[in-house]
Amino acid sequence: MNNLSNRKFIVGLIFLVIGVIFSIRLFTIQVVNDDYKNDSDQNVLREIVQYPARGLVYDREGELLVYNEAAYDLMVIPKQVDTLDTLAFCKLLEIEKVEFVTKFNKAKAYSTYKPSTLVKEISSISYASIQEQLYKYPGFYVQTRTLRRYPRNSAAHILGYIGEVNQSTIEKKPYYKSGDYIGKSGLEYSYEELLRGQRGVKRVLVDVHNREKGSYKDGTNDTMAVRGTTINTTLDIVLQEYGERLMANKKGSIVAIEPQTGEILALVSAPNYNPNMLVGRAVRKNYPILSTDSLNPLFNRALMAQYPPGSIFKTVQALIGLEDGVISENSGFPCIKSLVNCHNHPSAQNVAQSVKMSCNPYYYSVFKRILQQRRAKSIFKDSEIGLGIWNKQVLKFGFGQRLPTDLPAIKRGTVPGIDFYNRWYGEGRWAFSTIYSLSIGQGEVEVIPLQMANLSAIIANKGYYYVPHLIKNVENSDTIPSIFMKKNSVGIKKKHFDPIVEGMFGVVYEPGGTARRARINDSIVVCGKTGTAQNPHGADHSVFIAFAPKDNPKIAIAVYVENAGFGGAWAAPIASLMMEQYLIDSIGTNNLAKEKRVLEANLMNVEFKE
Amino acid sequence: MRKYGNIFANVDWATILIYLALVFIGWINIYAAVYSEDHHSIFDISQRYGKQLMWIGFALVLALIILMLEGQFFTSFAYPIYGVVMFSLVAVLLIGAKVNGATSWFQIGSFKIQPSEFAKFAAVLALSKYLSTLSINMKDIKTKMMAMVIIGLPAVLILLQNDTGSTLVYAAFVFVLYREGLSGNILLFGILAIIVFVLTLIFGPINIVITAVFGYIIVYGLLKFNLKVTLAALAMFGLAVFVYFNYQLSQHVIYYIIGACLFLLVGWLIIKKELKGKRTHYVGVAIFVMACLYIISIDFTFNKVLKEHQRTRITVLLGEEDKLIEQIEQLKVERDMPDISAEKKQELRDDIGEKRYSLRQLRQGNGWNIKQSLIAIGSGGFSGKGFLEGTQTKFDFVPEQSTDFIFCTIGEEWGFLGTFILMVLYTALFLRIIFLAERQRSIFSRVYGYSVASILFFHFVINIGMTIGLAPVIGIPLPFISYGGSSLWSFTILLFIFIKLDSERLNVLR
Ligand SMILES: [Zn+2]
Repeated sequence: MNNLSNRKFIVGLIFLVIGVIFSIRLFTIQVVNDDYKNDSDQNVLREIVQYPARGLVYDREGELLVYNEAAYDLMVIPKQVDTLDTLAFCKLLEIEKVEFVTKFNKAKAYSTYKPSTLVKEISSISYASIQEQLYKYPGFYVQTRTLRRYPRNSAAHILGYIGEVNQSTIEKKPYYKSGDYIGKSGLEYSYEELLRGQRGVKRVLVDVHNREKGSYKDGTNDTMAVRGTTINTTLDIVLQEYGERLMANKKGSIVAIEPQTGEILALVSAPNYNPNMLVGRAVRKNYPILSTDSLNPLFNRALMAQYPPGSIFKTVQALIGLEDGVISENSGFPCIKSLVNCHNHPSAQNVAQSVKMSCNPYYYSVFKRILQQRRAKSIFKDSEIGLGIWNKQVLKFGFGQRLPTDLPAIKRGTVPGIDFYNRWYGEGRWAFSTIYSLSIGQGEVEVIPLQMANLSAIIANKGYYYVPHLIKNVENSDTIPSIFMKKNSVGIKKKHFDPIVEGMFGVVYEPGGTARRARINDSIVVCGKTGTAQNPHGADHSVFIAFAPKDNPKIAIAVYVENAGFGGAWAAPIASLMMEQYLIDSIGTNNLAKEKRVLEANLMNVEFKE
Repeated sequence: MRKYGNIFANVDWATILIYLALVFIGWINIYAAVYSEDHHSIFDISQRYGKQLMWIGFALVLALIILMLEGQFFTSFAYPIYGVVMFSLVAVLLIGAKVNGATSWFQIGSFKIQPSEFAKFAAVLALSKYLSTLSINMKDIKTKMMAMVIIGLPAVLILLQNDTGSTLVYAAFVFVLYREGLSGNILLFGILAIIVFVLTLIFGPINIVITAVFGYIIVYGLLKFNLKVTLAALAMFGLAVFVYFNYQLSQHVIYYIIGACLFLLVGWLIIKKELKGKRTHYVGVAIFVMACLYIISIDFTFNKVLKEHQRTRITVLLGEEDKLIEQIEQLKVERDMPDISAEKKQELRDDIGEKRYSLRQLRQGNGWNIKQSLIAIGSGGFSGKGFLEGTQTKFDFVPEQSTDFIFCTIGEEWGFLGTFILMVLYTALFLRIIFLAERQRSIFSRVYGYSVASILFFHFVINIGMTIGLAPVIGIPLPFISYGGSSLWSFTILLFIFIKLDSERLNVLR
């Protein structure tokens, strides 16, 4: 019996050893190991992102162009979802069961414990009824987001659209997190950092069902969301909408600028689309439609279409010739059609007449004089030196370079230089006679409509321009980017512009002028220049640049209508109507017929030559 | 001779104080676990802490009644009480209510009672009565069988109720039987079996068998001081292992080889006549062969016999989650190799899918519970987050936070300081009961005391072991602390009968 009594020590020892083992284990997990403390915080702390409202956008008159609308996304954390009455829930959400199951499985595949969006953009009405019932469905919650809305249904290319950030952007810009919205094009893109505002973070305690249980440390570490900055644009939305109407059923663009400031008043690209098509959930449906449309409505022709400028380029040639001193304002050249083809007209006796009559041989001669100034013995070398100097002069007009405007995706156009032709023909193997079509704005020179409008502004200003831009002012700030405040001189004396302006006056008002249709009324004097750019693929493009009034111009404009033939036929009346709308705010009765003709014209599929 | 006037005469106040301390700790932690801003009165009867206070009141009344009774009552009525409780266990199977999958509750109106809780002290009484019978000897096979029947009957009935946790508690009687003369080898054997079981699941049967065979040969050889036999056996066995690892034979083949080796070894030893007249060697070899078969059977038992939820309970403990994650990552690397056939790629994808599924199963079930439990306790730190400041338990990350996982609340809010004090209290209680049991003059009281200590200890080990990841998830309450009337009363009755018996120890004639 005695040895059995000793067994009390064995049993006691086992009890004691377990007590010690448990104590050591507790010491390890509670005192030594810190991981559990972090895990504990991760469990109960939920960072709730406060999405700021994006900045509003107004036009120059204070008309609202872009605002925000609340949208509700239904989120799910799959791990927290209990057994679910799928049918009732689908009925509540107003979606098909199949769709629900697919989306739910997708969310589960992504992560069981991270939130995924289940249903995007629930309407405010559905939201109210869903919110009431949602407590029955643990693991689901509603996140409030904002959608962009465009009350005017226009200016899509300018305003741009927003969308969810993609992975490469997130990697490049650490501010963004998956699911954030970012400006993808237009002003939304250019002024993203102003418009987006500042995200706020609220830390709350949540229970296992992700229900909020109160703020963490009474919210002392929380940050408030800062709403995006409001921006006012230079756009005149009435003019913009009018331009879009005029350009309906046409391909091309209109750019109108206030010459003294470089402010863009209208920037129309046709065909266009309703900006509300690329909002939120609709994007997935509409984007493929727009991007595969053969008319390419997403393509912003005003900035991205590079056309030969045609005859409007003669104004540049004349100005360079005058500045170089190779011609004077009274220089006359005969219209010799064997040099380059021309229409029937009396020979131009001076620069103004040459502009008015748009004589091709005249500019053949002018350009020849610009290039060949006997700077070298070899005719090839002479042309080469001449082209080099000419090229630099043309670049000063804003051609052949990306105008640093505040819209993305702008093309630079082409002003061929020495290297261009050396690559094309080989060094020393080209001369004036090879490249003479540049003289009349054909050949290798290409410009975008914005650059054409800028040319018009330069002539209106008689020698300088401000980079065309859309920002007028920014909330809580007195300045706009300095690049838009800088006066850019084109390096041509002011007096040389007088004959050009006279010629452009003649284009509209004098006999033999090519754009009588550009007249507005007796009180507003319009100066303009037509162009017809040869189009090897079909009907020629119709071009017109203009400004008005002649003295102290308020608007400079360029209109480019594809396949519309002669510049005076369509581009000139459109420009005239635009200027009238802008300067008088309405169309006079004398011009209603002109307006009707434009509005009713469908130039989408014309294949004629005038 | 007797002091009728004072029911507290000769009671062991140390035990009662520890009891009261534990009950109080339980109550305030139940309050903390289910605390919410809406119901903040600790006496609110609609809440669990209010109810627990009521249960505590009843429990104290029960304790007083027991102290007022004669100790003789329990010795006399041990078998009738056992009979009644066994009957109620059968009855509950037939007419009981189902709660959490276990048919173990009698429901009368809103009042629920769990007879299996009371089966414990009934079994203890009956066992004490039986073992205190004169002319009983633990060495007799009949005694062992009878003791097994007394313990086994309620265990089986409770198992039929589908309440595995409460059934396992009856394993605690091994300590009692050991104290009363059961061979120590059985206790040792049990512990060894558990260790081998776990090691096999961690390292796989092959490695354990190989290790065991090597170890056995070396120990055996060295004990017999026969270097030649040892070396020969080692050489043969080494060859077999070499063959296995070189030719990547399947598991089944290695079993045959091991079996063949063993036969060869035994046969060779016989032929050598090294073992003439030494019967023990045969027994040793036989036991060894059985051990090997046991190891091999573990794999089979685990994968074929155990149910899914039972498997996860064990795999969670063994860090299977990390293992699975590692395997998935490995497979992903293989899948993304450039020079891999489409067929192989699909195969790997399927493998990854399967592993992911297992991982999810693991995480959603007990694995997640254990992890949350560890987070709650671990985040308490040294001194805890403070009373009512716990977040993990209050926000429902820990399941069953007022019953089976009540220890998490203590760990989170009171930190290591609190949990250590609890360890001290419990260990002190167990040792105190053993001490008291040993000073009893009657075998009945001693067996009873050991039974109380063992049952409480078993609950303590499994419940706390589960919350700190040292034992599988088995839902049994923490004595005196977990919420619930039945378990509190059952433990109170269990303990106070012993206190009563102890207080009368001097009255018992030897
Ligand atoms: Zn001519």
